[in-house]
Amino acid sequence: MPGPMHGRMPKGKKIENPGLVFKRLMGYVAKSYAPHLVIVAVLILISVLANVQGTMFIQRLIDDYIMPMLSADAPDFHPLAMAILRVAVFYAVGVAAAYAYNRIMINVTQGVLRNLRNDLFSHMETLPIKYFDTHSHGDIMSVYTNDTDTIRQMVSQSMPQVFNSAITIISVFISMIILSVPLTLVTLVMIAVMLVITKKTAGLSGRYFLQQQKDLGKVNGFIEEMMEGQKVVKVFCHEEENIKQFKEINDNLYHSADRANYLVNIVGPVNMQLGNVSYVVCAIVGGALALSGISGLTLGELASFLTFNKSFNGPINQVSQQFNSIVMAMAGAERIFKMMDEVPETDEGYVTLVNVKEEGGRLVESAERTGRWAWRHEHQANHAVDYVELKGDVVFDGVDFGYNDDKIVLHDVKLYAQPGQKIAFVGSTGAGKTTITNLINRFYDIQDGKIRYDGINVNKIKKAELRRSLGIVLQDTHLFTGTVMDNIRYGKLDATDEEVIAAAKLANADGFIRHLPDGYDTVLTGDGANLSQGQRQLLAIARAAIADPPVLILDEATSSIDTRTERIVQDGMDKLMNGRTTFVIAHRLSTVKNSDCIMVLEQGRIIERGTHDQLIDEKGKYYQLYTGNAIAT
Amino acid sequence: MIKTLAAQIKEFKKESVLTPIFMVLEVVFETLIPLMMASIIDDGVEAGNMRHIYMVGGCMIAAALGGLFCGIMGGKFGARASTGFARNLRQAMFDNIQSFSFSNLDKFSTAGLVTRLTTDVTNVQMAYQMLLRICFRAPVSMICAMSMAYFINARLASVYMVALVLLAIVLFFIIRRAMKYFQLAFPKYDELNASVQENVSAIRVVKAYVREDYETSKLKKASQAIYDIFLKAEKNVVLNMPVMQFTVYTCILLISWLGAKMIVHSELTTGELMSLMTYCMNILMSLMMVAMIFVMMSMSIASARRISEVLEEKSDLTNPDNPIYDVPNGDIEFRNVDFSYYKDESKAVLRDINLKIKAGETVGILGGTGSSKTSLVNLISRLYDVTKGSVLVGGHDVREYDMDSLRNQVAVVLQKNVLFSGTVLDNLRWGDANATEEECRRVCRLACADEFIEQMP
Repeated sequence: MPGPMHGRMPKGKKIENPGLVFKRLMGYVAKSYAPHLVIVAVLILISVLANVQGTMFIQRLIDDYIMPMLSADAPDFHPLAMAILRVAVFYAVGVAAAYAYNRIMINVTQGVLRNLRNDLFSHMETLPIKYFDTHSHGDIMSVYTNDTDTIRQMVSQSMPQVFNSAITIISVFISMIILSVPLTLVTLVMIAVMLVITKKTAGLSGRYFLQQQKDLGKVNGFIEEMMEGQKVVKVFCHEEENIKQFKEINDNLYHSADRANYLVNIVGPVNMQLGNVSYVVCAIVGGALALSGISGLTLGELASFLTFNKSFNGPINQVSQQFNSIVMAMAGAERIFKMMDEVPETDEGYVTLVNVKEEGGRLVESAERTGRWAWRHEHQANHAVDYVELKGDVVFDGVDFGYNDDKIVLHDVKLYAQPGQKIAFVGSTGAGKTTITNLINRFYDIQDGKIRYDGINVNKIKKAELRRSLGIVLQDTHLFTGTVMDNIRYGKLDATDEEVIAAAKLANADGFIRHLPDGYDTVLTGDGANLSQGQRQLLAIARAAIADPPVLILDEATSSIDTRTERIVQDGMDKLMNGRTTFVIAHRLSTVKNSDCIMVLEQGRIIERGTHDQLIDEKGKYYQLYTGNAIAT
Repeated sequence: MIKTLAAQIKEFKKESVLTPIFMVLEVVFETLIPLMMASIIDDGVEAGNMRHIYMVGGCMIAAALGGLFCGIMGGKFGARASTGFARNLRQAMFDNIQSFSFSNLDKFSTAGLVTRLTTDVTNVQMAYQMLLRICFRAPVSMICAMSMAYFINARLASVYMVALVLLAIVLFFIIRRAMKYFQLAFPKYDELNASVQENVSAIRVVKAYVREDYETSKLKKASQAIYDIFLKAEKNVVLNMPVMQFTVYTCILLISWLGAKMIVHSELTTGELMSLMTYCMNILMSLMMVAMIFVMMSMSIASARRISEVLEEKSDLTNPDNPIYDVPNGDIEFRNVDFSYYKDESKAVLRDINLKIKAGETVGILGGTGSSKTSLVNLISRLYDVTKGSVLVGGHDVREYDMDSLRNQVAVVLQKNVLFSGTVLDNLRWGDANATEEECRRVCRLACADEFIEQMP
C-alpha cells in the first residue's frame, strides 16, 4: 500500500468517544467478516500455543533429557528424538496456522478497505450540494486517502498483533507461574516499571505528535495554496515573501517532528534494555534460588523461565508500539463515520417521469421510449393517478432563498416561463443569477415561496426525475477522465457514436475534436487540462445537447467562447430547443438579446423584466448595462 | 539523483554520521548480553558461585545501560537527521519552485508539485531514518550474533549459516514477486483517488445528470480492481512470516538435537546452548529486517526521484548580468516574434508578430477561442521567453530587465483568478505590500469591487 501519507491528520482535536468509535469500527469489520475473524482468532491461538510449547520444551530438554543422559552410562537418545519429533509436529501446525491467519487477514483488510471506499463514495454521492460547499475538497479527499490508510494499518497490523500479543502474554504468564512464582513476581515488578515509563513517553510523544500533525497541516495547506496560485505569485513578484513565510512554518514542523520522532524512537530501546535488566535480575534471583534450593527451582526451569522472560517483553513492546497507530486509526475512523453520518439529500418526492403515448385523447403510460414524457402524479389522498404532460412550464411564486437561514440572498422572486420560451437572467456579479437556476433543479431548497414545474410543486417531484428532465451547462466546466466520446456520452449513456458526433457538431465542437491527436478517442485527464477553456465549454454544451432535455439551463455556458463561435453554437441550440424552455445566464448581453424575456437581477431581486427592445425603451438598469457594455460586445 | 538529495543533508551531517555509530554500539552491547548470560548459568549457577553471578550480572546491567544510552542517542540523532533532512528538502524544493518560469510550471502539474512537497518528502524522511537507524544496525547485529555463535561453537553455528543463506534466497524471490504486483498496484490506487477527486469537484455535474449510481458503479469496479491486485501482492508478502517461522523452528529443533548430543559428550555446556538459541533469533530477525528495509527503500525510490526532478529543474528564464531596474515608459513593441510552448518550432502559436504600442494607449486584442491572445500578453511581462524575435518594453528588450522590476511595473490580471487565504485587504496588498487601507479602498472603487466587499460580513 502507498506509504504513510500523513496529510491532514487530527487537527489537534481529541476524539470525542474513542470507545464508541472503536466499537463501531469493529462492528463494521464484523458485519462482513465475522466468521473470518473467529477463524483468525482460533488460528492465532493455535500459532501462539505452538510457539509457547516450543519454549516449554527447552526446559524439558535440559531437565528431562540432557541432565539424565549426562549421568547415564550409556545415554539413550531415542526418547529425545521422539520428543523433538512431537515438538516438530506442533511447530508444523503452528506454522500452518500462522500462514492461514495471515492469509485470511489480507482478505479481511482489503475487503474492509474496498467496502469502506464503496460505502463512503456511494454515500457521498447522495449528499446535498451544501455539503460540498461547506467542506474543503482537500478535507474530503483526505478521508479517502489518509483516513482509510490509518484503518488499513489498524486492521492489517494492530488488530492481529494486539490479539496475538495478548494471547502470548497470557499463556507466557501462566507458564511462568507454573515454573516459578517468585521469579514471576520479579518479572511483574519490572513490567510495571516498563509500563509506567512507556505510558509517560507515549503521553509526551502523543502531545508532540498532535503538534506535528497540526504543523504538517499548516505546511500542506500553504503548499497547496501556493502551488495553485504559483503563476499569480510570479506575476506579483511575491517569491521572496513566500520563501520567508514557508521557512517559518517549515521550521516549526521540523521542531515538532523532531521531538515526536525522538520520543517514538526511544520507546523501543528503553523497553528492550529494561527487558534486559529484568532478565539479569531474574537470573540473579533465580540463580540464588536454584543454589540455595529453597523453592526447588531447577537449572532447566531457570533456563526456560529466562526464555519466557524475554518473550514476555516482546509482545509488551509491540503493544506499546501499536498504541500510536491505534490512536491515529481511531481519529481516522471518527472522520470516516462522520462523513457516513452526514444526512443525505432529503427527497420526499413521489412524482415520477414516465414515457407516455396518447390513446383516445388520454395519456397512457408506455414501457417503450415514445419521445413524449409525462409526470406520473399519484395523489396521496386517494391514490388516484394523474398524468401531466412534461412541457417545461416553470413558475416561481414569491421565492425567498438564502444559503443560510439568517442571510437571504433572493427576495420574493416571481417568474413565469412558458414552454418554448427563452428566458435570460442578467445582472451584475453576485446578483443571484446562478442561484435561481440552482433552485429549479433543487440543488438547494428554498426558504419560502413555491416553485412549480408544469403546475406541480417541485418538492413533490423525485429529485432524480426532476434533474433528468433538466439539461444544465454549468458555469464551471468539469470533464471526466476518459475519452472525448465518453465525456459527451455522459449526457445519455446509451447514445450511439453517431449521436455523439451529431451532438458535437451541434455544439460546434466537432472541428476541434477532429484535430485532437486521437479525435473522439483522445483521452482527457485532469479535468480536461489539455483543452482550452472555450473548448471545454463546447464539450459541456455537447454533453447537454445529447441529453435532449425538455428544459435547458445555460449558466455562462459560452463565456469563454469567442462571439462568432458563440453565435453558431446558439443557432444550433435554438434549433434543438425549439418549442422547449431555455434559461440563459450571461454577462455578455449580446448572448441574451434574442430572448423572449430578460430578467434583470440586482441584489437578489428582479428589478426589470421584458424583451430586449422593451427594456431598452425603459432606459433602466438594462439600458445602462447594455450601453455600458456596448464596446465589449 | 542521490547526489542531489544528499546535498540537502547540510547541517545535519553530524547527526547523520552519529546515528549509525550509536546504533552499531547498541548492537555490540546487545550481543554481549547472551554471552554473559551463558557465563552466569555455567560458571555461576552450575559451579554454585554466587559471587560470579553478581559480578557478571553487574556487567550485564552495565551493558544494558550502555545499550540504553546508545539506543536513546541513536533515536535522538536519527530523528533530528531525518526530520532536518526533510525540512531542507521541502525548503529547497519550495525555493526552487519560486524561481520557476511559467514554462517550468507548465511541465509539472499543480497536484504533482503538491505531492512532491508533501507525501514524497514524508516517504523520503521515513526511508532516511530507516537507512540511518536500521540499515547499519541489522547487518551488524547479524554479523555480531553470527560471530558469537561461531565463537561458542563453530559446528552448531554452521547450522545457522545454512539457514541464513536459504532464508535469504527464499525471501529474495518472495519479495521480488510481491514488488512486481505492488508496482502495478500503486498507479491503480492513484487513479482511484483521482477519480474520487474528480467526483468531488464535479459533484454538480454528476447530480445535474443524475449520474450518482453510474459513478458509484464505476468506483466499485475500480475499488474491486484494487482489491484484486493488492490481494495478489499481499499473498506473496504473507509468505514471509511462515517461512521465517519455519526456519527459526527448524533451527531450534536441530540445535536442540545436536546440542543435546554435544552436551552429553561434554563438547558444549547448557549455558552455551541457551545463548546459541538467543543468537538464532537475533540472526534471523536481522535478516528479516534487512528484507523489510529493502522493500521500504525501493518503494521510496520513486518519491526520491520525483523530488530530485524538482530540485534539478533549472528555471529557463534568468536575469541578465547587468539588469535594467527601471522601465522608462510604457511603449511596447513586438519585433518579428515567434513563440512556441514546446521546443518544436512547428507548433508555434504566434508567428511573425510585429506590433507597436505607444505609452498611454488602450489596446484590445481580439481573436477566436484558442487564437493565442493570452500567449501574446504573457510575453510582455516575460512570463515566457520568445522563441524568435524580441519584445521591447520602454525601448529595451524585456530580457535586459530585472525580472522583478519588469513585472512590478507591468500589471497583469490573469484569466484564472486565484485568491489566497487572508483578509480581502491582504489579498489586495499582494499588488503593493505598502498600500494603505485608503489606497486599497480607492482601487476597489476603480475595479467596482467595493460594492460586494462592503456587503461581506
